[in-house]
Amino acid sequence: MTVISKVSKSDVSRRSVLMGMGATGGLLLTAPIFSNAVQAELMGKDMLSNSVYLAIDLDGTAHLYVHRVEMGQGSRTGLPQVIADELCADWDRIKLHAAYGDKKFGDQNTDGSTSIRKFYDTYRVAGATARHMLEAAAAKRWGVSMGDVAAESHKVKNSLTGDTLDYKDLVADAAEMPVPAEADVRLKSRSEHSYIGKPKQNVYMKDFVTGSSEFGQDVRIEGMVYAVAARPPVVGGVLKSYDEAAARAVRGVIDVVELPAMELPAAFKPLGGVAVVAENTWAAIKGREALNPVWDDGPNADYDTTEYEKGLWKALDGPTEKYLTRGDAAKALAEAADVYEASYFVPHQHHIPMEPPAATAKWDGDDLTIWACVQDPQTVQNAVAPFVGKKPEDIKAVTTLLGGAFGRKSKPDFAVEAAIVSKKVGKPVKMVWTREDDVQHGFYHDISTQKVRAGLNADGKMTAYQHIVAYPPIAATFQNGAGHAGFQTGLGLLDIPFAAENLSIESGDAKAHVRIGWLRSVANIQQAFAVGSFVDELARKQGVKTDAMWHELIGSDRKINPADDGAQYSNYGESLDRHPVDTKRLKGALDHVVEMSGYGKRTLPEGHGIGISVHRSFVSYVACALEVQVIDGALKVVKGWMAIDCGLAVNPDRVKAQMEGAVIFGMSIALHGEITAKNGRIEQSNFDGYPVCRIDEAPDVEVSIIASDAPPGGVGEPGVPPVAAALANAIFDATGKRIRRLPIGDQLSA
Amino acid sequence: MKFSINGQSVTFDGDEEMPLLWMLRDVQGLTGTKYGCGQGLCGSCTVHVDGMAVRSCQTPVGDLEGTSVTTIEGLADGDKLTELQQAWADNNVPQCGYCQSGQIMQAANLLAQNPNPTDREIEDAMYGNICRCGTYERIKKAIRSVAGDAS
Repeated sequence: MTVISKVSKSDVSRRSVLMGMGATGGLLLTAPIFSNAVQAELMGKDMLSNSVYLAIDLDGTAHLYVHRVEMGQGSRTGLPQVIADELCADWDRIKLHAAYGDKKFGDQNTDGSTSIRKFYDTYRVAGATARHMLEAAAAKRWGVSMGDVAAESHKVKNSLTGDTLDYKDLVADAAEMPVPAEADVRLKSRSEHSYIGKPKQNVYMKDFVTGSSEFGQDVRIEGMVYAVAARPPVVGGVLKSYDEAAARAVRGVIDVVELPAMELPAAFKPLGGVAVVAENTWAAIKGREALNPVWDDGPNADYDTTEYEKGLWKALDGPTEKYLTRGDAAKALAEAADVYEASYFVPHQHHIPMEPPAATAKWDGDDLTIWACVQDPQTVQNAVAPFVGKKPEDIKAVTTLLGGAFGRKSKPDFAVEAAIVSKKVGKPVKMVWTREDDVQHGFYHDISTQKVRAGLNADGKMTAYQHIVAYPPIAATFQNGAGHAGFQTGLGLLDIPFAAENLSIESGDAKAHVRIGWLRSVANIQQAFAVGSFVDELARKQGVKTDAMWHELIGSDRKINPADDGAQYSNYGESLDRHPVDTKRLKGALDHVVEMSGYGKRTLPEGHGIGISVHRSFVSYVACALEVQVIDGALKVVKGWMAIDCGLAVNPDRVKAQMEGAVIFGMSIALHGEITAKNGRIEQSNFDGYPVCRIDEAPDVEVSIIASDAPPGGVGEPGVPPVAAALANAIFDATGKRIRRLPIGDQLSA
Repeated sequence: MKFSINGQSVTFDGDEEMPLLWMLRDVQGLTGTKYGCGQGLCGSCTVHVDGMAVRSCQTPVGDLEGTSVTTIEGLADGDKLTELQQAWADNNVPQCGYCQSGQIMQAANLLAQNPNPTDREIEDAMYGNICRCGTYERIKKAIRSVAGDAS
């Protein structure tokens, strides 16, 4: 495969690339995901726009326009596997092009573990439709029926004569063939797949190991200057004064540009402040140091996470909003023979991707182009538009590779800044976020408290389960005053698999004082930590193994519909028919990890403990087991096991890699992650204050992908949720100390 | 200032306090060396100066007179990857790829000094290089595979 890893800096329109091809007759494919109205509109503007993901040119090269971004999760390799498989393409005759923002591609927001699960069918149909047309052209040429020809590795073979025709010799004729209806296109069976389900190396591998890959921070264009900004340290704060002359006196500084004050809600608007523009990043940083800005801190000036936590605990006492009600949990708890209760705390977390945000903007007259490490170029178009007086579709937004993202880069405030500053200085501008900017001006994962109660009857059976959460919700970033968990209860609570006849999921009110954003696996982080810990606690109380406790609480094999209990459950945007909440698969993942890890069956060395947990999220099921060693309060995770049922795994090696990485990500949350605020200001600023796991903490992780006939589910996120609970449970197993508060930090040495 | 980068002689008459990182990226256009923290905390910016791994974000250009700097772009011999780079590819180490230039430069320096490191020595040498994607076990495997070949 040829990969265009450096995005074009001159013309980002694919029209120019393909017009020549179209004029000389290439095969241009319809990917049938648009309504007729949208197609008609696009067709009117651009004769090639209906072929959004695939075009084959006259030398047989298959051009792929993968519309999702690459940030380590492997979509830019997995989606080509899908389309190439159905096309029967030779991997070496594929050319992969950079994605840019255009709604003709459909949803480009590379978020929510959606790339494969939402576009698997679409990409298959795109590839298979082209294959069908090539086969039809060959059959016509040979005067045989469709049943007598079959495509294989960029050729069509005549089964009667053994003759073959290369795709390049069929493209012109195929382009004249009628586009078959989707129902007439034959999709391969799983046993016929040549790329799907087989490990494939990341298409950017050579660039990665030679340093030639291009991330948002790496964009360089002719005449470009560099900007670094001072932003209000408190969200909603406003710039009062600054020393422009001092900044301008710094060698290399070119200009000083004020950014517009931000009005709450923050959404993806830039925070305000002032940018220093210079000949290089270093000069811009030095210029910013000289600014001496003075701020009016605004309405969030008193935010103090230590004080705020006290209110979060009180919020659990109500009044609450109820999101799922089965039976009458309050009554059943009041009447229960025994009530077991536990409370959990998880602080604000931060994404801290290795690449801090960066965006480059260039104005050419009235034309604006932005290159950035963003998860969704269409969100860039929409966020930038009101600040530059343009329609979203008239802004060109091009994605680079992303040096990690984890949700941070779906919020393109930095791209808006680049556009504003570039317009003001009349030059292309790269807006560079330093690591301090990244840590201090994040969209933080919610700080949370949770209270979980189980009502047990005289036999110890759970008759009632009540789970109350309180955290400033993501909704508050978009709507002033939002304070209840809302849709976030759908991330690991509304689909809770317990069979108890009384069940209640509730939230208390919690207002936000910083920007709250989604972080890899979102509210599943704290909610799976609480559920997975609580089941282990119940098991200890009852004197049974934790896997047996899960089986007892879950009960029979069945498909759960939270709507039966009055819940509005979105199921990660999927129908429950295609992706049911299947207790059998959940238990299957758990049993698998028990088998792999020898949980409950091995005699562990002195000081060792093993913990397990399981969780469904993003329509996949992941179970985790961790073995720890705790000696004199020093914790070491010695081994990890992950079992994932994600339906069909398109690229098993990348699924495996995501599970390995999820253990490290989950361990970072559990062991280290804590963002705190005082006087409205974030107290951490770099990897010293906000540490993440390093190589000495990384256990060997064994991954098993459970064979499944189900359609593909999410992979990038679902590995994270069960990790913190498995770790806390392992620590309890080793030490008898229950962790209910993250991060674990130095709790074991106390 | 006069020194060499990947075998090419360069002169620099800008701010001598400028960290080598920014000189490489913004002045020389060698963006393979990555910015991650600016404080020597993450290792993404690791390069070799006279054969030793250093954090380029903590190395002022003013200190480099007469030295020889190698960046990730200068590691391979033209199109031919080093054994270490090949091991990185064979073990499918990178996820997002961003920290991997620094990881490879650090590992190359480890193996140059200690061709057959123990696991503990690998962890000690690579401790300063953060990978947020969590590719650590594959990093160890890649280094071990080269170390194994050398022994």
